Amino acid sequence: MNEADAINAEGLTKVFNGSLVAVDHIDFSVKNGEIFGFLGPNGAGKTTTINMLITILKPTEGKASIIGYDIVKQSSEVRYSIGVVPQDYTADEDLTGYENIILCADLYGISREISKKRAKDLLELVELTSFKDKKVQTFSGGMRRRLELACGLINRPKMLFLDEPTLGLDVQTRAATWNYIKTLKKEFGMTLFMTTHYLEEADALCDRVAIIDHGKIVVVGTPSELKDSLGGDIITVAIQKEVDITRLVEKIEHVKEVKKENGSYMIKSENGEVTAPLIIEALRKAGHVVTRLSLTKPTLDEVYLQYTGKSLRDAEESGDTIRAKRLARARFRH
Amino acid sequence: MSETNSVSKSKLHGLWALTNRELKKWYKAPVIFFLTIIQPVIWLGLLGNALNLGSLVSTSSITIPTEMASLFSQPQLAILDVFFSGLQDKILTSTFGTTSYISFMAVGMIAFTAVFTTMFSGMSVVWDRRLGFLNKVLSTPVSRAVIILSKVLSATLRSMFQAAIILIIALPLGFQFGAAFNPLNIFGVFAFLFLICLGLSSLFIAINIRSTRIETPMAVMNLLNLPLTFASSAFFPIDRMPGWLQAVANVNPLSYTMDGMRQLLINPVIDYSQLALQYAYVGIFALILTTIGIVLSWRFLNK
Repeated sequence: MNEADAINAEGLTKVFNGSLVAVDHIDFSVKNGEIFGFLGPNGAGKTTTINMLITILKPTEGKASIIGYDIVKQSSEVRYSIGVVPQDYTADEDLTGYENIILCADLYGISREISKKRAKDLLELVELTSFKDKKVQTFSGGMRRRLELACGLINRPKMLFLDEPTLGLDVQTRAATWNYIKTLKKEFGMTLFMTTHYLEEADALCDRVAIIDHGKIVVVGTPSELKDSLGGDIITVAIQKEVDITRLVEKIEHVKEVKKENGSYMIKSENGEVTAPLIIEALRKAGHVVTRLSLTKPTLDEVYLQYTGKSLRDAEESGDTIRAKRLARARFRH
Repeated sequence: MSETNSVSKSKLHGLWALTNRELKKWYKAPVIFFLTIIQPVIWLGLLGNALNLGSLVSTSSITIPTEMASLFSQPQLAILDVFFSGLQDKILTSTFGTTSYISFMAVGMIAFTAVFTTMFSGMSVVWDRRLGFLNKVLSTPVSRAVIILSKVLSATLRSMFQAAIILIIALPLGFQFGAAFNPLNIFGVFAFLFLICLGLSSLFIAINIRSTRIETPMAVMNLLNLPLTFASSAFFPIDRMPGWLQAVANVNPLSYTMDGMRQLLINPVIDYSQLALQYAYVGIFALILTTIGIVLSWRFLNK
């Protein structure tokens, strides 16, 4: 176990009702100061993992430490050092935005003098200053999410957990939330752990991501590492004549693999921008007319497809799993 | 960057913040606040008058028939009148401990209000769970017992406020303090109320602590609240009840609370050994139920 790690999980497991394995012996570590993304479809075990890490669920097996504190034996120390921005809107609707932040501060035992000052700064950060005395029930989804963020930061956490921070937000608010997250990392050097099922979000924000499926971590790495592991960019080429050009293309520099599909050629290459002109040139020299050429950079979507065998958005839960989950939730509520 | 010295790590931190959160929902919402004041007025006005058991033995119902009245002289009739009204007072005092039923009833009303207020506070645990607020609080360093205690405390403070309102409203409706009343006894009344609310609200929270649906606890509490109130001395003295009901009412902590409060407020004399017993009974009830509530909070809030 590395002392410098912000999170260190070993064999972390959660079994609900003795049979439903939500999280299955996962090992991972998060370095200090990085943004770590947990990627997976609904029901993959993301929220269960977060709930164990933030000490509201006890692991069935395995252990984890946050900033060196054991999540079970030193749960109180963990709670003092982390901030949580939950998936649900948890602010009290009957209270104003300001009252909610102060309430959060009191839950950490922060003295009123300091909490007042911090609340003011945080409201500014999330641009809610002009709404601070309005009841939360009048807030829009985006405003409520920002308020949750402010509450999660009130204790100046070393480590912030964000559970689906942009779920259900419009494009504009999502972009704004991304900015807040980037600011936090840059200005406060905070370590962030976030779950998401938006691949572009993980790609844009996270230093490293872990893909989790059926309670197991399938792969961990930086987004570009994961994309590179697919073997690089894909160049699709079509020519006028019905001639097989596979052998010709294979000889071109950087080309790794050529596949013929529906009359066009899928060419894998590490550096697509450099390779594409070479391909056109080679084909022209051989007297072929190129009718179509496109270059696709791999996205995490392809990575996800590669490692789980299904597209993230299509990964539907079977009826049985949903029912079993609901039962477990009814008992434990996450 | 964390200012550790500014952070209180006391076991009870957050208690007032969470209690005040519950109270704010009440005193900052004018409609709800107004209704909680109006509610005891209506109950006292309706039940106190519609159920006026005292009128059953009023002098007007015991008049001397005219054919008999002619047998008596005027001074003799006057003596009989005094005798009958004295008899009425005797019956009322021996039944209710006071000549005014509304006074008897007002004390019952205080306890009745406590049952309802604590019942709703118990249900708010379910809402907090459903709305995710509970999960958020659980991820902060607030002690699990504090989460429960804040609910208990807010219900207790609300009940105590309502009790004060009931007493104030009962005065113009004919509430009469007993001969043994002393203004300091009010503190004793609030002590009883504090203890019973502590116990009842812990009981209702314990019922709700694992629920994720509101329907189940509502059914359970509807089942509980009527027997709890009517198998007690809230509206009718226990010694006039059938034996089996007496047995239930005699273990009901609400009976001890109300009998104690009646001693302090409306009875002609205070039996101090009885009073001590009543405090002890309600105190032990509160202690046991609160302990159960806290133990359950450790057990079930931390999953």
